[in-house]
Amino acid sequence: METKLLLKAEDGWKKIFEPDQIVRSITRIAHEILENNKGGVDLAIVGVRTRGEFLAERLVGKIKEIENIDIPLGIVDITLYRDDLAHTPEQPIVRGTVLPFNVDHMVIVLVDDVLFTGRTVRAAIDAIIDFGRPRKVQLAVLCDRGHRELPIRADYVGKNISTMRADKIQVLLSERDGEDAIYKKEAKTNNN
Amino acid sequence: MKHCGEKLGQHLLGIAGLSKEQIAYYLDTAETFLEVGTRSVKKVPTLRGKTIVNMFLEDSTRTRTSFEIAGKRLSADTVNISSKGSSMNKGETLIDTAVTLQCMQPDAVVMRHASSGSPHLLASYLTDTAIINAGDGLHEHPTQALLDALTVRKALGRLNDLVVTFVGDAYRSRVFRSDKILLETLGSKVRLIAPPTIAKNEFKDLGVEVFFDMESGLKGSDVVVSLRMKHEYLNDCFVPSLSEYSRRFCITENLLAKYCPDCIVLAPGPFVRGTEISSEVIDGNRSFYTDQVAHGVAVRMAVLYLHTIGKEVSYEV
Repeated sequence: METKLLLKAEDGWKKIFEPDQIVRSITRIAHEILENNKGGVDLAIVGVRTRGEFLAERLVGKIKEIENIDIPLGIVDITLYRDDLAHTPEQPIVRGTVLPFNVDHMVIVLVDDVLFTGRTVRAAIDAIIDFGRPRKVQLAVLCDRGHRELPIRADYVGKNISTMRADKIQVLLSERDGEDAIYKKEAKTNNN
Repeated sequence: MKHCGEKLGQHLLGIAGLSKEQIAYYLDTAETFLEVGTRSVKKVPTLRGKTIVNMFLEDSTRTRTSFEIAGKRLSADTVNISSKGSSMNKGETLIDTAVTLQCMQPDAVVMRHASSGSPHLLASYLTDTAIINAGDGLHEHPTQALLDALTVRKALGRLNDLVVTFVGDAYRSRVFRSDKILLETLGSKVRLIAPPTIAKNEFKDLGVEVFFDMESGLKGSDVVVSLRMKHEYLNDCFVPSLSEYSRRFCITENLLAKYCPDCIVLAPGPFVRGTEISSEVIDGNRSFYTDQVAHGVAVRMAVLYLHTIGKEVSYEV
């Protein structure tokens, strides 16, 4: 079992997004997804482990609430597709990919918590394409903090956050962390 | 010294010395790799650019193929060396072969050898390469033990508090040795049913419960494992003849239904129908030997993966 994260104010963590803001973001993104995809025809939602998985579940629930349709839900584990396996300091844990539907011809909305360098999204797209040929892949993230290292952009964004590259952003979700929030920790600079 | 993660050692030479947590880490990782085998494209790019040498200096089809498929599913480049056709046939020593290999910088060498301890010797010469023992003499066969464990865990949901009964030639079985160490590490009991010429006193010294007849040995077993009677060694006079052996020790459905009706059956190596185990059992519902083969590929993927990633890192511990 994963340990809960403790983000303390004295360590420099500041809450920048409240639970109700997360709920509103997810509701808006669900509406946008439906609007852009003709009410959800051939649509599937795929979360990136681990927090993207819970966001994907919430989106599927929200879409059910709005349109009363069941959208297939998948989970993708990008461990086997990472480009930094040779540099990782410890042996990572593989949890497996679950895509309980045929990927061919589907419109897949990939869901993750934070969009940063874009490398996770690259790996997730590769993982999905190994299962078939989706008609389209879109990206939904709860927050976009910039500093892309690959030509990747999100189609649906909960909140844009301006950051320095060395700053830390941490999303917490009640399913895993017991709390809904986004925290930011600013990197110490030598200038101050 | 190569970096090889904090959870496992650089090599996998045997089950001996592994902790409960390390064994669980191999099994958990292997379980997730089972899914890759069910895809239509059975390949992930994880070990792209890694080189794995399969050095099988003793006959093997199943284990070598399993390792080769595992490596290829992870996109590693796999190279096979057998003793026939290699320079070892021309009189080169194992150490010289090893040093030559070292210069080609493989990321892992999977080794099967007829002499116990050969992978350990190789490990002391290859400093930058992970050595995976694929069976050394009468000593160990760790990946077989891991795949047996995965099969039992998936079938029965646990690996502790089980009674696991081996029937057959444990004396010349490295599978038995590795399985026994693993099961005892995880808190299960190991029994052996065999003729007294095979089930010698040293098994009792190792803490194995020894039985000379099927009835008392099978009673209360959760898992029954068939070990091959190695007919190539019949001259060693452990049993007068295979037909006499099979009259007393062949695993049949009648015996299982009577003494351990809920048990499952594993058959690790090649088996001979009618000698060690009846066709009815092998083809029946309690037999998991086909699962063992599928699990074998996943376990070997996990082992290759866990022992070859994270190599270039040199960080301060």
